[in-house]
Amino acid sequence: MSGLSRLDGSFEPAQRNGKNGSAFLSMEEPVLEAVHMRKVFPLRKLRFWGQERSVKAVEDTSLVLYPGRAIALVGESGSGKTTVARLLARLYSVSGGEIRFRGRQVSGRSARALRSYRRHVQLIFQDPFSSLNPVHTIRYHLRRPLRLHGHAHTSEEETAQITSLLERVNLTPAEQFMDKFPHQLSGGQRQRVAIARALAARPDVLLADEPVSMLDVSIRLDVLNLLSRLKEEDHLALLYITHDIASARYFADDTLVMYAGQMVEGGPSEEVTQQPKHPYTQLLLQAAPDPDRLGSGQRVLGGAETARGEPPSLISPPSGCRFHPRCPFAMPVCKERFPPRTDLGSGHWTHCFLYEANADSSPSTSPVPMQMKER
Amino acid sequence: MVTQKTEKLLEVKHISVDYAMASGTLHAVNDVSFTLARGQIFGLAGESGSGKSTLAYAIARLLRPPAVVTQGEVIYYPRPRLDQPSDDEGTLPFDVMDLTPEELRPFRWRKLAIVFQSAMNSLNPVLSIGAQIEDVLKAHYPEMPTGARRDRAVELLRLVGIASDRLRSYPHELSGGMRQRSIIAIALALNPDVIIMDEPTTALDVVVQREILHKVMALRQEFGFSVIFITHDLSLLLEIADTIAIMYAGRLVETAPAEQLYRQPRHPYTDGLLHSFPTLHGPRRSMTGIPGSPPDLRAVPSGCAFHPRCSFAFGACQTVVPALGTPSADAPEQRVACHLYDASLNPAGIPEQLRSPGVMEEADSSLSVPKGEPR
Repeated sequence: MSGLSRLDGSFEPAQRNGKNGSAFLSMEEPVLEAVHMRKVFPLRKLRFWGQERSVKAVEDTSLVLYPGRAIALVGESGSGKTTVARLLARLYSVSGGEIRFRGRQVSGRSARALRSYRRHVQLIFQDPFSSLNPVHTIRYHLRRPLRLHGHAHTSEEETAQITSLLERVNLTPAEQFMDKFPHQLSGGQRQRVAIARALAARPDVLLADEPVSMLDVSIRLDVLNLLSRLKEEDHLALLYITHDIASARYFADDTLVMYAGQMVEGGPSEEVTQQPKHPYTQLLLQAAPDPDRLGSGQRVLGGAETARGEPPSLISPPSGCRFHPRCPFAMPVCKERFPPRTDLGSGHWTHCFLYEANADSSPSTSPVPMQMKER
Repeated sequence: MVTQKTEKLLEVKHISVDYAMASGTLHAVNDVSFTLARGQIFGLAGESGSGKSTLAYAIARLLRPPAVVTQGEVIYYPRPRLDQPSDDEGTLPFDVMDLTPEELRPFRWRKLAIVFQSAMNSLNPVLSIGAQIEDVLKAHYPEMPTGARRDRAVELLRLVGIASDRLRSYPHELSGGMRQRSIIAIALALNPDVIIMDEPTTALDVVVQREILHKVMALRQEFGFSVIFITHDLSLLLEIADTIAIMYAGRLVETAPAEQLYRQPRHPYTDGLLHSFPTLHGPRRSMTGIPGSPPDLRAVPSGCAFHPRCSFAFGACQTVVPALGTPSADAPEQRVACHLYDASLNPAGIPEQLRSPGVMEEADSSLSVPKGEPR
């Protein structure tokens, strides 16, 4: 165990001016930052002289990861949340904006630059059935990162570190698991191996892309609790990507909500889930299964009639705020431009004209919908 | 239509399904019995591999070798209907398992329809939605004139909330939610008494899922059909189902009215499941899930299949298979298969955790994971 406890080395002095995140959150310096990050995937033209087409997957996204804190990124499928994780893991290159690691912009796409970056930033994939190679043993999966990142040089060191990695993810007795193949393990055990593999690089940042959504319900919490514990032990900065806002509330200190490639709301998880401000967050919370509605008389038929339409195509997204075609409170200005960020206090912010003090065309003095008042 | 939730519609008696494997026989469903009332929503919950889909397909007689129904009957109680005057099978109950292929044809779809999980795979990609609805009508009512068929197709699409100009759309032109709605429209085409829905919303986003559930509930209200709703998402089931049955390793371990199940789960597995999903309201507290993982059906533990994961397991659990019984005279509709409630086997009495009603409301355990909010 002790072989893996990291020394938190002295941070490089970060030169940052301006506040790109909720600086109140932590006294510590951020590890990883995305600043006005964009991603556009070009598409094949329909015709030779046709128009250039592209998928605008992520628009102007900023987020900050602090050591020892978990941030959840919540959104529906197609909201761009996985793209954000892959951009941060540098599996994709950004189309605009920048990524900063310990205050420095990351650059260079050479194998060497990427390897040294991934020594610090590791990604856990959603599907443990396809993220492990079926022809290799667990030992092999864990040996690779140890070798690649220069943490183990002899086979004794390797075995000792693999053992302690497996023990850290509660795969005990480690000797039994080491020489198994992925197909001999259950989904939960496989995801633990994937987590151990990410830890083998001794990262500072762990990006977890829907780490539990492929697992059986009864073992999801176990894996989430494991991630939580590892975060504490190693002082990891954790990005937890999920479509399940209830698990975001459970697991993460802060929650960011994304819709169709745009960040719409963020702040402390409790604030965001108990006092959602953006109409999309409200919709998401209303739609989430909630057993407490049982017996309250309204059941599934009550409320949530505002749930209309479906997420837009990102090839030709709606102008302005991309939520406006579905938004029950849409105003003319929502079509024109994306709302600026409004700070609501205690770290809670949203991008919505309803909360902007001096919106161009605010129809009334108190436009804030009272839709969620029963919560 | 006024629905009498006490009128019997389907009685499943001691159904067992085996899969013949090269390495031996696998018992996917073991001696399952339940009763479905007219107009009722019956929820069937369980983890992957618990046999819930196999059970549903057995009821619909859809299983093909290597799956074999080894025992049991499914008694169907018909009711004369004005809209199907051509039915001449009378009103006597009959066993679905005894039907010949010729008798099965009118039974399926007119009496019992199925909505499969993957809408994309259950629609034919080269036929328009309209053609696929009309196809059903044509197959079952060949004498129906073309115009009437077209009108019925439009009506069905309208019922599920799709505009009639979509009649000529192909499946790929529709969004996931609309595809699932069309499937529901097709299932409704012949006004069945019972619809089996196998994870109908699992592949959809929460907002779309909520819309579709609304629709199903509204249609149920209007037409009074029963639903067997299969899902792994117990939190969803608690909201929509009247009665819930929990399956584990091919057996029913508990069945109760939804509210009763939520307020006072009796089986340790149900209790564990209820503690496996984080909630959106109430205090945030550490939750544990269920230790271990679901059993491999090729090697189901002896006695109660849940005993290796059960914190209350005692001697008899390892040897004797528990039968469904009524644990408390206060709740005659709640039945549970657990030795804890058998005083002759368990003289120590029922553990405190399962005795106190309102397990979900207790707020004794303080939040340890994740950490509280910095304010």
